[in-house]
Amino acid sequence: MMGGTVISLRGATKQFGGLVAVDNVSFEVREHEVMGLIGPNGSGKSTTLNLISGALPATDGDIALKGQEITGLPARDIARKGVARTFQLVRLLPSMNVIENVMAGAVFGHRRRWGASAERHAKQVLETVGLADKAKAHTSQLTYIDTKRVELARALAGEPEVLLLDEWLAGLNPTELTEGIDLIHRLRDEGRTIILVEHVMDAIRSLCDACVVMSSGKKIAEGTTDEVLSDPEVIRAYLGDDDA
Amino acid sequence: MKRDEWKTLGWGAGLLVVAALLPLTGDGYLISLGVTIAMYTVLATSWALFSGPTHYISLATAAFFGVGTYVTGSGIEVLPYWLLLPIAAVVGGVLAALVGLATLRLSGVYFVIFTLGLAEMTRQAVTWYQNQTGHKGTYVLTDFTDNDIYWQLLGLAALVYLVGWAIGRSRLGFALRIIGDDEDVARHVGINTALSKVALFIVSGAVAAVVGAIIAPRYVYIEPSTAFTPMLSFQVVIMALLGGTGRLWGPLVGVIPFTLLWEAISSSFPNQTTLLLGLSFLAIVYLLPGGFVGLYDRLKGRAAKRSALA
Amino acid sequence: MDIVITGLILGGTYALIALGLNLQYGVSRIMNLANGEMLVIGAFTAFTLFTVAQVSPLLTIFIVAPVAYVLNWLIYRIMLRPLVNRAKNRGMLEQDAILTTFGLSFVMVGIMLWAFGGDYFSYSYLSRPVVIFGDNFGLNRVVAFLCAAILCAGLYLWLNVSRAGMAIRAVAVSPEHARLVGIDVPKLSARAFALGGAVTAVGGAVISTFLTLDASTGVMFTMKALIIVIMGGVGDVRGTILAALVLGVGETMVATLIDPGLTLAAAYALFILILLFRPQGFFGRKPT
Repeated sequence: MMGGTVISLRGATKQFGGLVAVDNVSFEVREHEVMGLIGPNGSGKSTTLNLISGALPATDGDIALKGQEITGLPARDIARKGVARTFQLVRLLPSMNVIENVMAGAVFGHRRRWGASAERHAKQVLETVGLADKAKAHTSQLTYIDTKRVELARALAGEPEVLLLDEWLAGLNPTELTEGIDLIHRLRDEGRTIILVEHVMDAIRSLCDACVVMSSGKKIAEGTTDEVLSDPEVIRAYLGDDDA
Repeated sequence: MKRDEWKTLGWGAGLLVVAALLPLTGDGYLISLGVTIAMYTVLATSWALFSGPTHYISLATAAFFGVGTYVTGSGIEVLPYWLLLPIAAVVGGVLAALVGLATLRLSGVYFVIFTLGLAEMTRQAVTWYQNQTGHKGTYVLTDFTDNDIYWQLLGLAALVYLVGWAIGRSRLGFALRIIGDDEDVARHVGINTALSKVALFIVSGAVAAVVGAIIAPRYVYIEPSTAFTPMLSFQVVIMALLGGTGRLWGPLVGVIPFTLLWEAISSSFPNQTTLLLGLSFLAIVYLLPGGFVGLYDRLKGRAAKRSALA
Repeated sequence: MDIVITGLILGGTYALIALGLNLQYGVSRIMNLANGEMLVIGAFTAFTLFTVAQVSPLLTIFIVAPVAYVLNWLIYRIMLRPLVNRAKNRGMLEQDAILTTFGLSFVMVGIMLWAFGGDYFSYSYLSRPVVIFGDNFGLNRVVAFLCAAILCAGLYLWLNVSRAGMAIRAVAVSPEHARLVGIDVPKLSARAFALGGAVTAVGGAVISTFLTLDASTGVMFTMKALIIVIMGGVGDVRGTILAALVLGVGETMVATLIDPGLTLAAAYALFILILLFRPQGFFGRKPT
């Protein structure tokens, strides 16, 4: 079921002044694959995601989407080529209602639609994330998980080649967390390609086909989720030397 | 088009016809007031097209307007008048594009300062050029009356409303609303934010230049200090914000009361105009944020809540 | 040489004014477009005291500074703090601050026009020539420059050495983190705003010794100060001073070599170059 390579990083590096936040990281994500990008706080996962989406320019290295170089492109071009993302802190468009928020993705994303077709598509996506009945609601009236759903729907609405989720499950209560994991499971079953930065271990175990583990900006392990999570070096990175 | 839209269009056309009948009164004072109102309506509405969604405050209106008057001033002897209006639009649009490309990538503060100085800089440059070539001002001699100028401005106003309405329905209009809400999100859904902002700024610059070109014959004699008066930019900003930039009709409901009020103020307190202008700025920020449109929306929201409770 | 020294002398006084604005913008994050009017008020005070009571402008500074400090503190507390509190994001605060301070600037100009009329005002103070490198310069300009240099140096040292100065710089770099180490950000913002206003007003008193001003010239100084702040980088004292000197020399060059009517156009040309090539300022790092 795995297809060709969708995203590949070769030696991706990001420096902030003297600090190397992402140090020579390489990995590949294949079509229909759900890849977990994990590691302790401050290990450079979110920065890596920002390099892929073009939120930050890479200092060095190459990033390619389906074999096509996207390093150094502005975020808008990367989005058009088929990379969609959610943000660590939810960012909705406050002056618009739910369906308009989703249409923003449908109108300007990878597959561009307009008018009635965009609206129809946005409604479909809202159904996928379970928000069909709140299409006309204002964003200020939503619960926390619903704001996350809207953001996810906005990212999905452009029918991206790859979806980047930056701690999408963070901050949810236990009930919401189950719903959230189920939702992403459905996306996975639809065959979408997803990179997720995540801390919730249950989610990683049940969702990810493969994982890349980062620590202090470097990639320290890569492989199937089970392999990686039982790797002593990974455990050391998470828990410190004494517990290993 | 939907039924509502036909209805709005009908109302608009009706109002336009009524407004066009004003010169039939034959009252010179009324007509001259009409010219002023029509001029500020066009300027404030086109200003709001750009500044409303993006929140960038442009003080460049005077610069575009002045450039427009100079297009008429220097071209009237050489070219037919009707050709001058599109030329003014192009010159204003190009100037806006240059300014926009240099500043619209940056924060709003840089933009406001840059546009504030633009009129002054253009004035200095024109004055310098005229000193070099040895003439001080330019005569614009036409047989246009206030009536002709008024009708032209009304026509332009109708055009601006149509353009504004079309932009509101277009991808560009949608893109600008997203940019106004969150520019980072706009970039990440694939919007070319700089290009969208520049496009709208060009529209508002071109319109202001055409207004200047139409008004020029009224001045008869134009010189840099009258063509590039910075007060014009500030008045346009105040009128647009007083009305509210959230709707296309917002600036209009700010222009009419403010023009009348200003007319009264400048005749009764000619020495305190600056002070009063400052106070009106403060009044809008503290008492009427969002302008009349904001007030209208709040009242409507409150009424809706009340009827929902009942 | 003549041009360079005249330009540097002018730039020195610009530096003082721009430092005031930079303190306000860098720390309290309010772009104060009424800054130039504060300068004119300082200049007016110096002028009035000199013509009425022959008080030396250099002494007037000690009256202007505390008065301007209190005035600006009140402006911040009464008018600007509510805007900071109600703003939902940076963009909204920016728009409100621009409109409010513009309104304020008009009000101040209006009051000054009302009280003093629209005449130019100038007085003759130390207008004797001194010779530097074989050229003649007005003593008042040289004294003004020295005065500005001493104040700039003092401010720089204070910001870098004293505890309060460190706290102010911390807020300028990151208000969120400053809060975490126990700095009272709102209180400090008000103080920095007040201090910035006082510095600018003192600059006005100094500049009035050699420039002719009128009630409505404030906006010209606001613009120049802003251009300097942007060139030098927000919150960067060294950058501000360097930018002020560059602007002073550039303006003087255009005024003497081409046409005195083009000084603002010259400032603008510099501004455009900076915006196009180094929008982060002379010493600034690229924002990420």
